[in-house]
Amino acid sequence: MMIHARFSAMKGIRPHEWAVRFLFGGLCCVAAGIIAEHFGPRVGGLFLAFPAIFPAGASLVASHEKKHKARAGFDGTMRGRAVAAVDAAGAAIGCIGLAGFAAVCWLCLTSLRSWLVFVLASVAWLLLSAGFWLLRKSRLLHKRHARIALPIRRS
Amino acid sequence: MSAGLIQLGLRFLIGGTVVSFFAVLGEIFRPKSFAGLFGAAPSIALATIGLTIAHDGNAYAAIEARSMIFGSIGFFCYASATSWLLMRFRPRTLTATIAMLPVWLGVSLGLVFLFSS
Repeated sequence: MMIHARFSAMKGIRPHEWAVRFLFGGLCCVAAGIIAEHFGPRVGGLFLAFPAIFPAGASLVASHEKKHKARAGFDGTMRGRAVAAVDAAGAAIGCIGLAGFAAVCWLCLTSLRSWLVFVLASVAWLLLSAGFWLLRKSRLLHKRHARIALPIRRS
Repeated sequence: MSAGLIQLGLRFLIGGTVVSFFAVLGEIFRPKSFAGLFGAAPSIALATIGLTIAHDGNAYAAIEARSMIFGSIGFFCYASATSWLLMRFRPRTLTATIAMLPVWLGVSLGLVFLFSS
């Protein structure tokens, strides 16, 4: 399956959805700082990998899919939840990249310049995430014909 | 205004912007499984490690980054469990994603205490 960007999807994001993401993201960063100050960097560091936006993001994904199916006259509730499950599976693969990002920061922050560490860590995240995603896709290709289509109920 | 409050305000603004940016990437990319990768983007880390380095130094930030590896493993378990739950039982998405958060906390804290002792 080809990876592509659909910029028109940005038009479907409502102002309150932008606000929710900004608010959650900002609050999680503040909370990570406060927790690190009170409990030290060992516990505080955990919150750098907190699934901050994930619950809100996944439910918005499900809601968008449901609306998309509703426009075609279908009840997309179950379909929306299935798409959210696929989104979560993608996030699980992304976590491998996230661990790679953290490992590069841990190993290099005391010896290299900070900006260079950020560049190396971001490259590690991108390569690991995309690499494991491609690996998983290539293995799934063999099972594609055996997969069963999701049931869609007419409203 | 105290320096602490200014730093918290900065964290909020930078954090909100970076997280929103990755959330938009997750919206525009297809297929959805690829877009899901951005749900686990290092958005909080990118937003806050720079400020942590400026405030507490590189060694402190490196300790945080080490713990972030455990947090990532917790996130992996959480996202996998959430995906399975949604696919198997199809509960409400928000309910499932919030109900599974203790998985992240349990695995992450467990690993920190396991490797700290």
